[in-house]
Amino acid sequence: MRYQNATAYRFLAPYLLIFSIFWLWPIISSFLISFQATRTVPWRFAPTFNWGRLIGDPAFFNALKNTLLILVIQVPVMITLAIVMAVLLNSPLLKARGLFRFAFFAPVVVGEVAYSAVFRLMFNLDYGIINKLLNSVGLPRIDWFSNVTPAMAVIMIAVTWRWAGYNAIILLAGLQSIPQDVYEAATLDRVSKLKQFFYITLPLLKPIIVFCAVLSIIGTMQLFTEPFLITERGGPGGGTETLGLLLYRQGFRSLNFGYASAIAYTMAGLAIAISLVQLWLTREPK
Amino acid sequence: MSSRSSSRRFSARLGRSIALHLFLTPLALIWLFPLWMMVIFSTMPDRGIFSPSIELLPHGNFLDNVNNLQRDTNFIGAIGISVSVAVTYTFLSVLLTSMAGWALARYQFFGKGVVVAIILGTITLPYAVVLIPQFIMVARDFKLANTWVALIVPPLFNSLGVLFMRQSFSMMPGDLFDAARVEGVKEWRIFLFVALPLARPMLAALAIILFLASWNNYLWPLLINSKPGAMTAPVALGTLIGLTKVSWGGIMAGAVMLTVPMLVVFVLLQRHFVAGIAAGAIK
Repeated sequence: MRYQNATAYRFLAPYLLIFSIFWLWPIISSFLISFQATRTVPWRFAPTFNWGRLIGDPAFFNALKNTLLILVIQVPVMITLAIVMAVLLNSPLLKARGLFRFAFFAPVVVGEVAYSAVFRLMFNLDYGIINKLLNSVGLPRIDWFSNVTPAMAVIMIAVTWRWAGYNAIILLAGLQSIPQDVYEAATLDRVSKLKQFFYITLPLLKPIIVFCAVLSIIGTMQLFTEPFLITERGGPGGGTETLGLLLYRQGFRSLNFGYASAIAYTMAGLAIAISLVQLWLTREPK
Repeated sequence: MSSRSSSRRFSARLGRSIALHLFLTPLALIWLFPLWMMVIFSTMPDRGIFSPSIELLPHGNFLDNVNNLQRDTNFIGAIGISVSVAVTYTFLSVLLTSMAGWALARYQFFGKGVVVAIILGTITLPYAVVLIPQFIMVARDFKLANTWVALIVPPLFNSLGVLFMRQSFSMMPGDLFDAARVEGVKEWRIFLFVALPLARPMLAALAIILFLASWNNYLWPLLINSKPGAMTAPVALGTLIGLTKVSWGGIMAGAVMLTVPMLVVFVLLQRHFVAGIAAGAIK
């Protein structure tokens, strides 16, 4: 194929222009800002000002700990649930497939603010439907938002509800791309359905599972709206404050852009590490 | 003999089928529950929401709640902004991403590898990294805070959409475009009048996903358009959550107005929706 530089770049120009202004420059810029003291006018170069503060800041370590805790629990639970949903939705035995698909996929279209409001109301101490239902089966009600552990649980439940179906959609498409004759051969050889799942489905689905896991980790790492709205600015007492929320507080409440940029680059560092793990997990066997 | 083994197979299938539905039905009901409660709450007066009884069926106060919401914040106005922004954004973004996808799918050019690497790289880059400079640039340098431009232009860059369109265009038969070239048709006309019409189902999938992303976008609009008259609907609704003297029936009515139209679109265009989301992973 011959080179058509001029034509190609004419089609790419608007896209690359937006990329350069709103992504490329900001990526560089926030790196530079993280080495500046930004609460003096004019900003001045102070390489250890923000990074030095970061490694000694209990609020940062609290947010990092909370974020990692949510990651480690919520992402595996959600991915497992999404795999279960996808495999069962793909079963030829399933009736009323459309209804089930609707139930699991519908949260995908629900906005963060709308569902945060609903979850906040559902888990209300005195009048929330969850506590009323607990009471009606004889269980004690739970003060969801005054204690850290249940507040964290609400965040994880909410995020799982919102995103499990999204991952199930991707996984289901992956399942449907596995050729059927592999299963037919296995069935003829009297391999049980469960073994087929562990020895055929899971290995063939692995790259897509890893892809879902990485996207989910990066999404959860930036979690902001749920602790902002459901647990009221990371409450109780910072118990659900995430890196995303800390960045918002530092950057846009205290207008401390330098420190917020250092937090942002910490998140980027984590994301890069996770992407490298993904590449390693899905490498072609030699 | 064979009829017995086939009847045994039939009952095994039946057992599996029953187990499947026994497991999946409660799970589906749990999954629908928050949406159901959203609708129920939106039809209840506040004293009903904050009462000790369990209410699981709709009442008749939806319009009162809409009025309450409108009293708390200009939600209808905010919906107007959200709709206009989402429509404009979707149109521009579909155009931009499909042009870029077309270039990547159909031309050989210097620096192609770099462009593809950039697009792949930004998929896993946290948005937090660009957020602060974007804000400083748009608000302070361009002085565009609280405008439509601020809501529409910065989010125009998206990576999964371009990969999706590149995939769509590269699956089309090249002879078609070559035939047009032999006729002397210009490249941009081939793109507009041959390639785009052929890609209509993919464009629909892309448009739905982009519209939804814009409609539900929260963090960026919250930061950049914080003035009451310039807020999008999710931001306006968000300002009410956590206030003490506010109508929760109203908030739920707002949540319903944000969600139910999207659910209807989802039901009507489920295939496009699913294709658009799944395309991110399946290459």
